[in-house]
Amino acid sequence: MALLQISEPGLSTAPHQHRLAVGIDLGTTNSLVASVRNGVAMVLNDADGRALLPSVVRYQVNAAPVVGYAAQHMQSRDPFNTIVSAKRFMGRALADIADAASYPYHFADAPSMVQWRTAAGVKNAVEVSAEILSVLRTRAELTLGGVLMGAVITVPAYFDDAQRQATKDAAQLAGIHVLRLLNEPTAAAIAYGLDNAAEGVYAVYDLGGGTFDISVLRLSHGVFEVLSTNGDSALGGDDFDQRLFCWILEQARFPDLTPEDNRLLLTHARAAKEALTEYPEVSITAVLASGLTIDMVLTAEKFNELTAALVNKTLQPVRKALRDARLSIEDICGVVMVGGATRMPCIQAAVASLFGQPPLTNLDPDKVVALGAAMQANVLAGNRQDEEDWLLLDVTPLSLGIETMGGLVEKIIPRNTTLPVARAQEFTTHKDGQTAMSIHVLQGERELVTDCRSLARFELRGIPPMVAGAARIRVSFQVDADGLLSVAAQEMQSGVQAAVTVKPTYGLGDEDIAKMLQAGNTFAREDMAARALQEVRVDAGRLIDATQTALEEDGTNLLSSDDYANILAAMQALGEVLLGTDHLAIKAATEKLNQATTEFAARRMDTHVRQALAGQNLDEISSKFG
Amino acid sequence: MLPDFKSTHFELFGLPERFELDGVQLDAAYRHLQVQVHPDKFAHLPESEQRVSMQWSTRVNEAYQALKTPLNRAIYLLTLHGINALAPENTQLPMAFLMQQIEWREGIQSARSAGDVSALQAIERDLNRADKMTAAQLAEELDVHKQWSAAAQTARQLKFIDKIREEIDDSYAALDM
Repeated sequence: MALLQISEPGLSTAPHQHRLAVGIDLGTTNSLVASVRNGVAMVLNDADGRALLPSVVRYQVNAAPVVGYAAQHMQSRDPFNTIVSAKRFMGRALADIADAASYPYHFADAPSMVQWRTAAGVKNAVEVSAEILSVLRTRAELTLGGVLMGAVITVPAYFDDAQRQATKDAAQLAGIHVLRLLNEPTAAAIAYGLDNAAEGVYAVYDLGGGTFDISVLRLSHGVFEVLSTNGDSALGGDDFDQRLFCWILEQARFPDLTPEDNRLLLTHARAAKEALTEYPEVSITAVLASGLTIDMVLTAEKFNELTAALVNKTLQPVRKALRDARLSIEDICGVVMVGGATRMPCIQAAVASLFGQPPLTNLDPDKVVALGAAMQANVLAGNRQDEEDWLLLDVTPLSLGIETMGGLVEKIIPRNTTLPVARAQEFTTHKDGQTAMSIHVLQGERELVTDCRSLARFELRGIPPMVAGAARIRVSFQVDADGLLSVAAQEMQSGVQAAVTVKPTYGLGDEDIAKMLQAGNTFAREDMAARALQEVRVDAGRLIDATQTALEEDGTNLLSSDDYANILAAMQALGEVLLGTDHLAIKAATEKLNQATTEFAARRMDTHVRQALAGQNLDEISSKFG
Repeated sequence: MLPDFKSTHFELFGLPERFELDGVQLDAAYRHLQVQVHPDKFAHLPESEQRVSMQWSTRVNEAYQALKTPLNRAIYLLTLHGINALAPENTQLPMAFLMQQIEWREGIQSARSAGDVSALQAIERDLNRADKMTAAQLAEELDVHKQWSAAAQTARQLKFIDKIREEIDDSYAALDM
């Protein structure tokens, strides 16, 4: 049959070609990369066998930046050029950072995102993160032996859209195609749940270096349903270090500190915190630049007293998440602990006492997020085998709405709504003869516009003049499974409409990113062209495979002979351009075939849904999915 | 072609069109359908299939939301009978309920300013009882007697109870609980 003509050796992709996809945990303190190999998720180590990559970047004059352990070792000696915890600054302006003064950095004066003046010029958190991601990409490509088709990158569940967009931009700078941004606690739940065949309602308590998340999920027969999530995107292990640092200064009667001293004492504070997970007391000794010697003893008891307020600060979001899910403590089957900071005994004790059960610690809190991300990457890349059949249903962590009169926010999609979702609401004009309306899209839980994060603004023009309150303007929000928000507004009588796909701004626009791409040596240009061709070829191959399978399954019973012939023709056209190296032609032919199969895809889905429920009675479904 | 959106939410899940329904069956049918249609299952497939999958998955979520809670279910059932229970012109509520509502609100206010968590908890228990009774009344009105306008009024009471519950939640949060 004609179908076979395009399957010449070496041209069509093999039917079950494995696409290289990874999960990346881009952490405040450490980052990791993991991948599913032969059906098993594993963390990919560096050449020295180390899994963690410290999220530290040191910039130098006329030399490539140093990333990881080597940079971490220099942080006390070169504090201005060594950026740690960059994640806390992602998508944030200096004004957003409550404790900016306590960081030993030269902040550049910028109204947009935080910038640092370093030996290699002015840098921002997106660039720092891109350096880290770039090292992980190289590690993965060397280990897996090929070009990555994409990555799932994890973010705190409580990251807002500006912080998420900054993360996507960092990936783009590092030459990584983002398959999905996945919420960290959700990733952990996937790894834990699949590993332990867990069933029931679980809480994931995720205290990282700079962020805190709590998520409540129902695990049922391979479906991971996020019920609620809450947190604090500016609370983490770093804050415990800061608290100890302040205590050390207080004990030492506030000596004058150089920036090097500052970083040195922070490092000692962190080491003391970590030592206290094993020992009842630690001594802290350091010699400052002035010659002054710091020498003191810290007991676990004192540490708990100093940090009690921070521990408490994590418990309120936990209670909120439970209330949002309409659940009580007794409904929780287990509490999964994620993030290095959950190793602190005071955290484990507080969680145990709140939930009335010891938290689950039979997994590595450093690795579990990357492993879950790798599993999701494998699914999104289409590598999954039938026996790995599971599904994630995630939610919007923060409410989405628009500005109404008086600077108030009207929520259109409330927090904890399962994705994908579409919601619409009607609004009206405020003045007689009003012909335009400004739509201001916001994210957050507070009632006042000034307390929420602005995501986008656009205008609906051409409203026919009417008396105030007569126009009916329907504003619809749609959030897809990737969390991407699109907003449309339509005046119902005249039909005039306007729409935007919301790309949150945090101070860096597309042009800035393009400039950084050109300037950066993180990603060579010729590499880019080769990648583009490789990507469209793989996509085209997949599309041909998928179309072929679809035609075999349903072609004769769902398509007229004309439609069938059309799809076949589009498929052959794609097969022909696939022989060449013109990536734009391949892209265009792919798009044509996509269009030709639109109607067919809709019919197939319709038929499958019908069969899904008609084939079984509800009791059978209940016993399988209940 | 858009997915078949003509079927009711009940038909979509293969459930009888009633207020009282088996939550376990609803949850199971929901998960079963999402496993078939969710975009993650189609991420590697042609765009056309991804688009259809998104529309379907959105539709299944919407249907589930509409049937999951008693309040939403009652409102949806009434819509099927041509009644908008929450329309601005439908505002009647029984006097006794209005009085009760004021009492709850005042109780929450004073518990909040006094920082009295156990008082809040007492009101919450009260509210839970009222919630159950109102739902039972709705079952009678919707499933047994088919008294749509009476049910619309009862649904509005449930809506108020929901709002008061939000006030309690806010108060807990304000008290750092």
